[in-house]
Amino acid sequence: MARTSTAARPSGEPIPVPDKVSVTLTVNGKRTQLEVAPWTTLLDALRDHLDLTGTKKGCDHGQCGACTVLVDGRRINSCLTLAVMKEGASVTTIEGLAVDGQLHPLQQAFIDHDAFQCGYCTPGQICSAAGLIAEGKAKSADEIRELMSGNICRCGAYPNIVAAIQQVMGTGGRS
Amino acid sequence: MINFQYARATDVDDAVRRIAANPAAKFIAGGTNLIDLMKENVERPPLLIDISRLPLDKVEETTGGGLRIGALVPNSDLAYHPLITSRYPLVGSAILAGASQQLRNMASTGGNLLQRTRCAYFYDTATPCNKRDPNSGCSAIGGLNRGHAILGASEACVATHPSDMCVALTALDAKVHVAGPSGARAIAFADFHRLPGDTPQRDTNLQPDEIITAIELPPAGFAKNYSYLKIRDRLSYAFALVAIAAALELDGSNIKEARLALGGVAHKPWRDPNAEAALRGRPATESSFAQAADLLLREAKPLEHNAFKIDLARRGIVRTLTQAANGTPQSQSNKKIA
Repeated sequence: MARTSTAARPSGEPIPVPDKVSVTLTVNGKRTQLEVAPWTTLLDALRDHLDLTGTKKGCDHGQCGACTVLVDGRRINSCLTLAVMKEGASVTTIEGLAVDGQLHPLQQAFIDHDAFQCGYCTPGQICSAAGLIAEGKAKSADEIRELMSGNICRCGAYPNIVAAIQQVMGTGGRS
Repeated sequence: MINFQYARATDVDDAVRRIAANPAAKFIAGGTNLIDLMKENVERPPLLIDISRLPLDKVEETTGGGLRIGALVPNSDLAYHPLITSRYPLVGSAILAGASQQLRNMASTGGNLLQRTRCAYFYDTATPCNKRDPNSGCSAIGGLNRGHAILGASEACVATHPSDMCVALTALDAKVHVAGPSGARAIAFADFHRLPGDTPQRDTNLQPDEIITAIELPPAGFAKNYSYLKIRDRLSYAFALVAIAAALELDGSNIKEARLALGGVAHKPWRDPNAEAALRGRPATESSFAQAADLLLREAKPLEHNAFKIDLARRGIVRTLTQAANGTPQSQSNKKIA
């Protein structure tokens, strides 16, 4: 039941702590029911409630792209999404890309092209690239770079990331 | 993040009823700005009203030959919509100049209008800010104000409006359709956002109990002669230092109709009827464009760190009008400025 929060707003009254809400998501093909507080982001739901820690928390402010997942096939920043708002949605994380132990072509291409160094941004890069390919808007290397600009790589593996994506898009080359 | 209650609106009337009953509540659609501000303790709503499932997600032609864009159409869907790319490419180009594809996939059309300034002091709750905390003072005046306003600012606030899409919508004379407890009304785009004056806490003329339902574009889309040029500190995924939306209707080599709006320079997308009037009937030449730029910037005032913006804006206006006149709009993927 509602309790009173001690975390009062500076200029307001303490507000009751809301009850947890039930959310049903299909995560990597598996229907999952969760009980979460309304302020639980999709990112925290995945990592802390479902132990799917492949999705990374980088900045937690939508600036780095490490938390990118696919929701109903579209890439989004899971750190800026409330889990409760995604009731009924289908979520694909990096853990859901491989099929029957076969790496997703993007995962293989990232290995082939050495498209990472520390690897922290890689799950977000790969999920973002999967979204990019599904969107079908990027053709040239310039367009890949522009439409991947929401994923920051502090190691600077960008040329190899673009090459890996081009390999999967079948355009080849390193331009 | 702070604690808050969550409710899902069932229709527009229900959303309006809920917000009227709790004016401190906030609507949430894409959430890309609001959730960030809540994580920063800048926005502290006791209740979020989820409007993301309301049926405001259509792009439809109006009987008058314009376009009606539902408030919940995601920015990415709008940018690539065939009616936008064919008839209003200035809007699509401006959208693609902003944010990242992940954010554009989430952000709604209505929410784009309501995003708040990215002034660092507005975000930093340890510093005074009149927009965040009225009458506490402005830390940007006399602070780090390289990205701040050169036009229309006040003693209270020098913040800029961050949107790219809104710059194009301003240039194209869009209308904002809203609904509230006393019914629906339409607001001209130029009247939607406010200058800071002594109430910088109010970004827009939307009332606290109103909801944006749609954006309407008039028939004229200037699809032949337009350009959106955004100048920023890195080539992608950064807010504008100066952004320029230009649209022309040409009669041979003369300008029949001109639209010019700037982003990154003021508390609202900046448009100046005098600058546009100065272009009408004139030859589409660099000297006409330079004159319009001088007119638009005649009252520009620099702060300590942003005087460069005035010259940047002047040259940007000339360049963007030239691109528009030549029918060679700025590419948003190849960043070379031709």
